[in-house]
Amino acid sequence: MVELDTGATAWMLVSASLVLLMTPGLALFYGGMVRGKSVLNMMMMSFSAIAVVGVIYVLWGWSMSYGSDVGGIFGNPFDQFGLSGAIYDSAGNFLIDDYGVPGIVGVGFQATFAVITVALISGAIADRVKFGTWLVFVALWVTLGYFPMAHMVWGGGLLSGDGPFGSIATPIDFAGGTVVHINAGVAGLVLALVVGKRKGFGTEPMRPHNLPLVMLGAALLWFGWFGFNAGSAFTADGNAGLAWVNTTVATSAAMLGWLLVERLRDGHATSLGAASGVVAGLVAITPAAGSVSPIGAIPLGAIAGVLSALAVGLKYKLGYDDSLDVVGVHLVSGLWGTVAIGFLATETGLFYGGGAAQLAVQVIIAVVAVIFSGVVTAVIALAIKAAGGWRVTPENEVAGIDLAVHGETAYETITQGSGSVIREVRA
Amino acid sequence: MKLVTGVIQPHRLDDVKSALEAAGVRGMTVSEASGYGRQKGHTEVYRGAEYTVDLVPKVRVEVLVDDEDAKAVVDVVVSAAQTGKIGDGKVWVVPVDDVARVRTGEHGVSAL
Repeated sequence: MVELDTGATAWMLVSASLVLLMTPGLALFYGGMVRGKSVLNMMMMSFSAIAVVGVIYVLWGWSMSYGSDVGGIFGNPFDQFGLSGAIYDSAGNFLIDDYGVPGIVGVGFQATFAVITVALISGAIADRVKFGTWLVFVALWVTLGYFPMAHMVWGGGLLSGDGPFGSIATPIDFAGGTVVHINAGVAGLVLALVVGKRKGFGTEPMRPHNLPLVMLGAALLWFGWFGFNAGSAFTADGNAGLAWVNTTVATSAAMLGWLLVERLRDGHATSLGAASGVVAGLVAITPAAGSVSPIGAIPLGAIAGVLSALAVGLKYKLGYDDSLDVVGVHLVSGLWGTVAIGFLATETGLFYGGGAAQLAVQVIIAVVAVIFSGVVTAVIALAIKAAGGWRVTPENEVAGIDLAVHGETAYETITQGSGSVIREVRA
Repeated sequence: MKLVTGVIQPHRLDDVKSALEAAGVRGMTVSEASGYGRQKGHTEVYRGAEYTVDLVPKVRVEVLVDDEDAKAVVDVVVSAAQTGKIGDGKVWVVPVDDVARVRTGEHGVSAL
């Protein structure tokens, strides 16, 4: 048995905590981008993802991701249901993984990834979805969309080195280019199409109501992403350090790339562009953080920033309301980062003399991830639509979903007045 | 009595306020306003989507004065708010039937 490594364990506990912080960070990032009448609902979509997935993960999430393989697609949910057999060995000691980290720490770390992935999708359907319906979607999608993808890529399934494509080259997804970003990006696109446009999309102004919140959210996402990427080394070592530096370099380059596009196309480099470029860079470096050099991370990030900055305008041309650009940022930069490994991986990439095998396998896993996520999400989304519908009423959407769904408003204005004194505090 | 209302550029407010104080005006009401005249608005771009913002921020200054002071107060506001560029704003005067001071209940000129 491997000895407990306290340093690695400490780092993994910190990493898990950092990744969990990303979801409240995302709530701020998304919340600032919507109109003031729907900021609370937007933030609640992220917060509630923590609540739903946090419970589901220990019941069947871990087991479906890392339990005994079923057809290369998912883990058996009953194998380690309720984490049975995932915490202690038969003698009652904590299980220790190959890095000297207790298995239960790994469970916590992986749970936070499931949370953020489903929360990311919410940006595609801002301002218009019933809250209870969202909770149902979170439970269904994390079960049928996320856990199988995590199993296929990281749990020894179809898209891992043990799968059928492993004979070409070992697919690389260090921290979730396919599992998290392509997966969430495709799901966002499908939901935007099934749920439909916001009332007034493309005709009424839908400006971000609070850009400082967006900037704060982007900062928290970046900070949390160090756990996401450097933590995906599964120990505190040089590879974690490499992932940390690559994460910072690619993100910086992406911010510059996005701002450059805005300056040339729109005339101004904006704060929203800086925050968006940060996220695009973080997304793109996610699968590649452990396999490229910091020099390779510069073009990887810069191109991600440029591509995503160009992609966010597509929804107006194509006519789908991906409200906060889950597609433009997460799908586009997720695809780019996953494929870029084929060029830039220092051991197997095309530009480093590794031939085209890595590139081919990266394209294959990206395409399979797109198809899988698209089909699963479409089935869930259409089933929900048939069962009772996604949308709040048009009147409530116009008046503001915060008041209609949560009975709250985010901001007090002086002209609202206080109406009346509190009648009584309900027990 | 007259009500003098000026809608001016926000960055001229401090000068207008000082000039009115120097001219002996003892009180005023200031509020944020938005609007446009010949100036029109501007555009903002968020993630590639262009929004036309046709209302621009202005400040509204309101002063209640005795009839014979109205012309002088208008001139004070105009000269303090003027930059000579489009968007400097407007000042106008309307008659006021009555004014009451809330604290004392006085009416008319003595309430000014």
